[in-house]
Amino acid sequence: MAGKVTFDENRCKGCELCTTVCPTKIVIMDKDRINIKGYHPATVKEMDKCIACAACARICPDVVIRVEKL
Amino acid sequence: MAVVFEKTKGLTDKPTHYCPGCTHGIIHRLVAESLEELGLLDKAIGVAPVGCAVFAYDYFSCDMQEAAHGRAPAVATGIKRVHPDSTVFSYQGDGDLASIGTAEIVHAAMRGEKITTIFVNNAIYGMTGGQMAPTTLVGQKATTSPLGRDADHAGMPIRISEMLATIPKAVFIERVSVHDVPNIIKAKKAIKKAFETQMKGLGFSLVEVLSTCPTNWGKTPIEALKWLKENMIPYYPVQNFRTPEEVK
Ligand SMILES: Cc1ncc(C[n+]2csc(CCOP(=O)(O)OP(=O)(O)O)c2C)c(N)n1
Ligand code: SF4
Ligand code: SF4
Ligand code: SF4
Ligand SMILES: [Mg+2]
Repeated sequence: MAGKVTFDENRCKGCELCTTVCPTKIVIMDKDRINIKGYHPATVKEMDKCIACAACARICPDVVIRVEKL
Repeated sequence: MAVVFEKTKGLTDKPTHYCPGCTHGIIHRLVAESLEELGLLDKAIGVAPVGCAVFAYDYFSCDMQEAAHGRAPAVATGIKRVHPDSTVFSYQGDGDLASIGTAEIVHAAMRGEKITTIFVNNAIYGMTGGQMAPTTLVGQKATTSPLGRDADHAGMPIRISEMLATIPKAVFIERVSVHDVPNIIKAKKAIKKAFETQMKGLGFSLVEVLSTCPTNWGKTPIEALKWLKENMIPYYPVQNFRTPEEVK
């Protein structure tokens, strides 16, 4: 199942919890960018590997992540 | 394209003031999703505590009331008795509920008030800077127990769920955790059952949620989840203590 995640990036507090639960290990911290709060936001670059499991969204304390099934 | 997960209408759009990785945010989401899924957003009235969740009234999109420290069960009692058709919940930390507010929670349970309490146990006073709570583990360091909690001096950590489960009218009692995704899913099921217990008028319901305080535990958010799993769960077992037949 192919999926797509979107980040409400300026809500992200850079806690990194979402990076620990992704079964395909595609959620990473974007060390090249800083959001409005001053954190490196979480992001996904290899979106084709997302399986829409929503684990990242469920562990995020700040409800940053939206998940869709393609 | 089908939406698998999105922010619940039970939460407002206001970003929370919680520290990065603090699991208060996960617990807020679970409560808000449960209210939305049970169709309670127009009927629910929440009571916020004193503690890090003091601004919870800004985050839930239902009616909210602030209570003095530890007094949320008394305030919730009053609201529920005046508005018996509403669904009333208190959201309380362990300093709030298990220390200054112990009398209120015990007697609300004893009276069988038809309210639901979400009890967030992070084994510390978070808001005030990390003092020892009644729930702080033996050996756990806090600003007021710099060498770790000493059971001879401070007694053993209080197990609220076990204690309340001895009260006849406390009909739904469950302890859950949010340290990983499977436990987060189980925690939400328990919160929904607690609200269902109230909707059916069966008595008092409480869900104790084991939670992290990365800031005052002196850990990263990831380390804090691991610490919770390895240290809190052995002393605070994750289990259901009581469920009424009607919501099983
Ligand atoms: C009557 C009164 N006594 C003491 C305080 C100070 N105080 C504020 S929050 C708090 C404890 C908070 O700890 P907890 O309930 O565990 O919530 P957390 O911040 O850990 O979520 C205390 C003692 C207060 N605000 N009011
Ligand atoms: S939805 Fe699942 S697979 Fe997709 S990024 Fe999140 S955790 Fe990874
Ligand atoms: S869990 Fe949420 S707040 Fe934490 S890094 Fe991931 S997206 Fe950001
Ligand atoms: S002090 Fe602790 S409980 Fe309070 S918001 Fe920060 S991490 Fe959460
Ligand atoms: Mg606390």
